[in-house]
Amino acid sequence: MSEEIVLQLENLHVYYGAIHAIKGINVKVPRGKIITLIGANGAGKTTTLSTIAGLVKAKTGKVVFEGRDITNKPAHIVNRMGIALVPEGRRIFPGLTVYENLMMGAYNRKDKDGIERDLEWIFQLFPRLKERIKQLGGTLSGGEQQMLAISRALMSRPKLLMMDEPSLGLAPILVDEVFEVIKKINEEGTTILLVEQNALGALKISHYGYVLETGSIVLEGPSNELLENDMVRKAYLGVA
Amino acid sequence: MNQGVFFLQNLFNALMLGGLYALIAVGYTMVYGILRLINFAHGDIMMMGVYFAFYTAVIFSAPPLVAAIVAVAGAAGLGFLIDRIAYKPLRNAPRISALITAIGMSFFLESFAVVAFGAVPKPFIQIFKDKTILNKVVMLGGARIPLLTFLVILLTLVIFAVLFLIVYKTKIGMAMRAISMDIPTTALMGINVDGVIGFTFALGSALAAASGIMWAMRYPNVYPYMGFMPGMKAFIAAVVGGIGSIPGAVVGGLLLGFIEIFMVSYFPTMSGYRDAFAFIILILILMFKPSGILGKKSVEKV
Ligand SMILES: Nc1ncnc2c1ncn2[C@@H]1O[C@H](COP(=O)(O)OP(=O)(O)OP(=O)(O)O)[C@@H](O)[C@H]1O
Ligand SMILES: [Mg+2]
Repeated sequence: MSEEIVLQLENLHVYYGAIHAIKGINVKVPRGKIITLIGANGAGKTTTLSTIAGLVKAKTGKVVFEGRDITNKPAHIVNRMGIALVPEGRRIFPGLTVYENLMMGAYNRKDKDGIERDLEWIFQLFPRLKERIKQLGGTLSGGEQQMLAISRALMSRPKLLMMDEPSLGLAPILVDEVFEVIKKINEEGTTILLVEQNALGALKISHYGYVLETGSIVLEGPSNELLENDMVRKAYLGVA
Repeated sequence: MNQGVFFLQNLFNALMLGGLYALIAVGYTMVYGILRLINFAHGDIMMMGVYFAFYTAVIFSAPPLVAAIVAVAGAAGLGFLIDRIAYKPLRNAPRISALITAIGMSFFLESFAVVAFGAVPKPFIQIFKDKTILNKVVMLGGARIPLLTFLVILLTLVIFAVLFLIVYKTKIGMAMRAISMDIPTTALMGINVDGVIGFTFALGSALAAASGIMWAMRYPNVYPYMGFMPGMKAFIAAVVGGIGSIPGAVVGGLLLGFIEIFMVSYFPTMSGYRDAFAFIILILILMFKPSGILGKKSVEKV
């Protein structure tokens, strides 16, 4: 039985001026799965997500979403088609309240009941956000901002949720919590493309992984196999 | 005339003038907050708005209120178009390019007005068939306050109430505030950023036109350069209040209006320097609190 591919990157090349940041990568994201992209600093993880999201333009190659070519479509159109990004560094709107930040995520939705239901769902995932609903986003702690950034993305009811290093800068106990939540969101039906430097955490919860090095994919495979792979263990899991 | 009455009259004049500055200042501050651009053409959009009202009333013999509404809508459209044609192509260009374009747009609108409408000032009160409304006064605590002053202050209050509702209670207002914090992330929320920026230009231009029309009823000539001085002072008001802050624009506008009216009234010998006060305040603010009264971030040099 072949699985349905939600997102596909075909021979994608991205440049920043003369810098060749992404060098012809091919990635497939099947529906209902968690796919992870791991790699060191500067490997091109953020660039890959930004290109899918429409913030950065591809030079050649294709981004195909649900069978449609969405290469270089503007960011707001990509979002309306069903792709949400939790950006690197959270990018909470500091001067908007927690509630307003969540409503920014739901900006294009008209179904009031659905929005209410999703709010309840989010408050179950992150009870702490509910207590801080009237607080300005900028006054939240780093961990709370990450929860808000994830929740804000979920409020658009995305078909594909992309996350850029959601565990970055969090205390170890929170890191586990965030990975648990990502797993839970996926089990409730959302397809996820997860970018991480925390290879162990990402591979543990994902189904399939890609290893990115200086703009190229050097290795891919089912996550449990990557966890056993010597090269991955040496370079990314700190195991000799 | 006793002191109390004199004060009362000046108070109302100051509220009126300050409110009119504030209405224009809001347009500068909203555009700056979003694009970090000083829209030097803003005062000229106000001027165009006054001409729109004038010609709608004179050519189509529309009642003043209808003419005003048409003009405000026309100015909103003009502001939107100016952004689309002149500024939008420069969104990713160095900021100085957009700034120079703004100065060019200001010259263009003024020259266009000279060619299209003529340089000779036109009496704006022509738009009123029944001119007695201009001479009606209200007695208040012994002071004679022109009815027009009351109406202008009242209307300004209503407009500001609507503006604050839009900015702080509606979805598009939330998007405007979000854009002033983080443009790419706003786009990631599925929001058409250029559409919201266009709306902001339209809104600011509408307020400027409303201010200009009320201005022209009080200082009753229409001419191509009429936007320059009010525009300049409103810009100063925005900086003094803290550019990027809408409440700041209100505070700055009122402050300028009060200082101008009270200096001239209580020190009549200085009335020749009327227009200089604004610049003196600007210099003082830039020396002692460059971010403005309600501003947070440091103001960049232009
Ligand atoms: N705006 C930019 N202009 C120029 N070069 C850039 C820009 N953004 C990224 N780069 C370069 O592109 C390459 C890939 O960067 P990218 O941010 O995608 O890496 P990353 O894998 O996300 O790294 P990290 O783990 O540190 O976030 C790097 O060499 C980086 O220096
Ligand atoms: Mg990155």
